[in-house]
Amino acid sequence: MRWIEERCRDLTFGLILAPLLAGAANAQMPANAQSNTPSSTPGKVPPPPVPAEMTTPPATPPRAAARFVVVIDAAHGGADSGARLSNHLLEKDLVLALSVRLRSVLSAHGIYVVTTRESDGAIPELNRAETANHAAAAACISLHATTSGSGVHLFTSSVTQIPMTRFLPWETAQGAYAEQSLRLSSEIDSAMRHAEIPVTLGRTALEPLDSFTCPAVAVELSPLNKAGKVTALSDPEYQDRIVATTAAAIEQWQRDWRQQP
Amino acid sequence: MISRPQRILFWTLLFSSVLMSVVLLRMRERALDRLLASGETMPLNPPPGTPVQNVTMMMANDMDGSLQPGYQNLALPVDANARAHVILQHLILNYARPNSKHPIAANKGVNEIFFINLPLEANQVLPGTMAVVDLSGSFVEAHPSGIEPETLTLLSIIATLHANFPQISQVRFLVDGQQRDTLAGHADLTRVYLASDSPGVKHL
Repeated sequence: MRWIEERCRDLTFGLILAPLLAGAANAQMPANAQSNTPSSTPGKVPPPPVPAEMTTPPATPPRAAARFVVVIDAAHGGADSGARLSNHLLEKDLVLALSVRLRSVLSAHGIYVVTTRESDGAIPELNRAETANHAAAAACISLHATTSGSGVHLFTSSVTQIPMTRFLPWETAQGAYAEQSLRLSSEIDSAMRHAEIPVTLGRTALEPLDSFTCPAVAVELSPLNKAGKVTALSDPEYQDRIVATTAAAIEQWQRDWRQQP
Repeated sequence: MISRPQRILFWTLLFSSVLMSVVLLRMRERALDRLLASGETMPLNPPPGTPVQNVTMMMANDMDGSLQPGYQNLALPVDANARAHVILQHLILNYARPNSKHPIAANKGVNEIFFINLPLEANQVLPGTMAVVDLSGSFVEAHPSGIEPETLTLLSIIATLHANFPQISQVRFLVDGQQRDTLAGHADLTRVYLASDSPGVKHL
């Protein structure tokens, strides 16, 4: 009972005083500092008032202060092996290896990466979308592989564009990011073409892509078929090219993203 | 007391009944085998002299992710559902040919197609017709896994249906009569696909 009373007292204090204190404090804090402040901090002493000259907005755009997070979703896993790419190579294994390598390259460039799968385990599509959506990512890359076609297939969600609202329908949440996803896809497309890797663009209905609340692209690798010469997906050099090119595209996306309002 | 001739008659009749049951069961099995064999070779060859119609097939190409129209002369049944069935069977047979640009192992592709007139409910404003395509489990099992091949197969079926039946505005897929999550691990089969951008039709 004591715990409940203390909790009630804290809650009462928080409900009544915290908005007043937080409001007084936030009104005088710079915009970038406000974003990092919890909405209510019951029982804490408000910070001292900041001088008026500190309230002017920073010279850099607001996005520059936010953290650039990339989510990498290695598809399939566990009993769901995905496509059989060869006698010894499964889609789930290849995309997991690529995910780890892409994360390493991006981390080396100072980009914070969240992965949805770290091992050969079955991760439900719902959990993947939850992970991505909690990360508030600036880019979500879903990795796939197939034996059909040539080069890289870039897919964005086929759900209809919807206006951005606070609450989005789970199954079609990606609709609010349709335009940004197309821009991200275009960024990767440019980088791939620069690296002379054939690209096919398309839209598809795919889970968990449709539920991502971030600019999201499904990157599907296929064997490289160029001038009659076929490079298999198991070729390490080809894999390196894909990873390096995707990382370069994401870095370029980071630069563009910082310029966006 | 039962007389001897009556006993002989009884046992003869009983033996005849058992024998006839066995023969009937065997004949039934043979008929079922014949029926299944005829189902695997669908579409059936048309009777001689049947007029042919020009049919549009939207053929997928894995190398560039495109759909290209192709034209084929086919003898089609009068019933719309049966006509759609024959068209899709030929479409899938085309993918089974050597040098296909969207190879899918030859198999029975479609169990059945049926059309539903929209709207299903009074408060809906979805015009046109919904085509429900019941794919065969063997076709789905044999389908190559991947976002691109699966998406192209669905788009090819949808576009072919819409090209030959313009009233079709939506397409829904089943597998052996049941809803299934994906075609072969990627493309979502739980949703309703739009076949046209006609006004009033919303993406679901």
